[in-house]
Amino acid sequence: MATLELANIVKTFDRTTVLHGIDLTVSHGEFVVFVGPSGCGKSTLLRVIAGLESPSGGDIRIDSQVVNDIGAAQRGCAMVFQSYALYPHMSVYDNMAFGLENLQVPRPQIQAKVQDAARLLRLEDLLQRKPTQLSGGQRQRVAIGRAIVRDPRLFLFDEPLSNLDAELRVSMRAELRELHARLGATMVYVTHDQVEAMTLADKIVVLRAGRVEQIGAPLELYNRPCNTFVAGFIGSPRMNFLPAALLSGHAGAPRLPEGSHTIGVRPEHAQAAIEGPVRLTVTQVEQLGASSVLRGTVGVNNPFELVAPGQTGLRAGDSVALTLPAPQLHCFDAHGQRL
Amino acid sequence: MRTLAFFTRTRGRHRLDWTDWLSYLYLGVGLFTLFAPIVWLLMSSLKTESALGQFPPTFLPYSQKTVTVAGHDKPLPLFTVRQADGSLREMAQMRRIGIMATLVDPAQPTQEVRVNINDRKPVSELTFAWSNYTDLFAKFSFGRYLWNSVFITVVATLLTLLINSMAAFALSKYQFRGQKAVFLLIIATLMIPPTIILVPVFLVINSVGLLNSLWGVILPAIATPTGVFLLRQYMLTIPDELLEAARMDHASEWRIYWKIILPLSAPALAVLAIFSVMWRWNDFLLPLIVLSKSEVFTLQLALNSFQGELNTQWHYLLAMTVITLVPITLVFAFLQKYITTGIASAGVK
Repeated sequence: MATLELANIVKTFDRTTVLHGIDLTVSHGEFVVFVGPSGCGKSTLLRVIAGLESPSGGDIRIDSQVVNDIGAAQRGCAMVFQSYALYPHMSVYDNMAFGLENLQVPRPQIQAKVQDAARLLRLEDLLQRKPTQLSGGQRQRVAIGRAIVRDPRLFLFDEPLSNLDAELRVSMRAELRELHARLGATMVYVTHDQVEAMTLADKIVVLRAGRVEQIGAPLELYNRPCNTFVAGFIGSPRMNFLPAALLSGHAGAPRLPEGSHTIGVRPEHAQAAIEGPVRLTVTQVEQLGASSVLRGTVGVNNPFELVAPGQTGLRAGDSVALTLPAPQLHCFDAHGQRL
Repeated sequence: MRTLAFFTRTRGRHRLDWTDWLSYLYLGVGLFTLFAPIVWLLMSSLKTESALGQFPPTFLPYSQKTVTVAGHDKPLPLFTVRQADGSLREMAQMRRIGIMATLVDPAQPTQEVRVNINDRKPVSELTFAWSNYTDLFAKFSFGRYLWNSVFITVVATLLTLLINSMAAFALSKYQFRGQKAVFLLIIATLMIPPTIILVPVFLVINSVGLLNSLWGVILPAIATPTGVFLLRQYMLTIPDELLEAARMDHASEWRIYWKIILPLSAPALAVLAIFSVMWRWNDFLLPLIVLSKSEVFTLQLALNSFQGELNTQWHYLLAMTVITLVPITLVFAFLQKYITTGIASAGVK
């Protein structure tokens, strides 16, 4: 039940600055996802919020209270680690009860809370097992259970699904989403996987090299990325970028705003056609049944990817015209900023 | 069956390869050189005082048979005598003067015979002199020595584990100024032989008034650089995330140490415990200078005191040596799994 505010958070290790003044407001009950390539500082930011690292500058406010000098435990956050960090010598029950025992909660109350969490996460039959006897997904649930039992104000997740296989990741994603809906707690989630970000988040924070590139709802980032980095990062397959010069002078080409340097078009928005301003030379065809992925080049060595609905008769080596629908074109200036 | 198959494994499929001969020879020689003295000690500890002095020595504890003869207070030693006609006869020896011995047939105590000592042979029988062991408890305050040794070993080992693991925890899991320097300093003390600091240690023990106290032996050596090093190396492998998770779980640093670090370091602690038990049990020099009254003697000191200047009571000495070996042997037998894994993981001996 908490709001979180970050004001100009700076973090330096020795001489390297990892976070360059991060500002962020998270309102109560929001699911915020930090996303960015590895090394962008998203995990560090999460650890700063958790209190495991102290910021070199700026303020962290939880429920409008500055918590810079408050220890990790007293901030009322619970964290789920990438490696789960379950205590290997304790049973699942003890793992979940450890935090409450430290708070000297009476024993019957601990038992009730752990049982509740176990029921919520379908861990009731595993309470007496050791973490090593659990599967990856079960460990993940124990780690989440350990966070839940303490009724934290703020849940922090550090790439919790990255150690799971693809199938499990999808189902755990759904479970997390459901959990958020049920608990209604404020959650901050770190991932480098934009699909996770898109599916889970109420609000996505895209980070690059310690700076916030854009903050917004998933579809907002998809529809109106503010620069080429966000445009390329959000959406799968990646957005295609073409030099604006390629379109100028073609009949039937959409009109571009003044100062356009790069145009971006998503693979699912371009269409193969008989007539079009650009031609795609196909080098690779992937038939997925419901859709087809065509890879190739446009103009002189501009890689291009196209997702066409249904199945296609095109083969590697073929050439096809493309139409680029104007409403879905993204135009960027010479510095990569949206026009 | 499987054990037998394991112990008789060979490289050659059907007949012995030359490497088999070599390895079994090597193992045989090794077993003999390492084990023979122990077996010899064990056997000798069961011999009577006179059997120990016998030449040539026997492997098994033989001693001369004795009989009680009417008219004699003490049992007389039994000999086989070769008579003038060449026949053999068992007789008890009453006394011996020079090369002539006076013997008597136990059945006819009045009939004395004098024979040359070369014509008689002692009759031996297998006797285990358990009295060597039982006398230890009866004649000497052996229980006292045993208790002192056990007390020193157990208490010192517990304290060693506690102190060393605390130091190792700080050195492996906290970042602080001078952390490396402190660690190097501790490691550097490995280079100082204990004998060199013996005199200063004695002076310190003397001035704090711990002379002739078991604590005077326990306290000086509870912090060992080997232990700190061994535990620190092991604790470095415990992921920091566990500690962070515990911190987020409201655990105090003391509780993290007690509930997370210590249980997870159990294998390394076991190795250190074994080492510490061995060091303390076998320790001689420090107890020797600190403990000078016999009521605070450890077993090792008591062993030493058996070796008098003029007269050594070998049969007691040997029996006591065997008892001294027992705890270490037990430690090895039951904890050898930990020793090997521990040595392998810590990379130290």
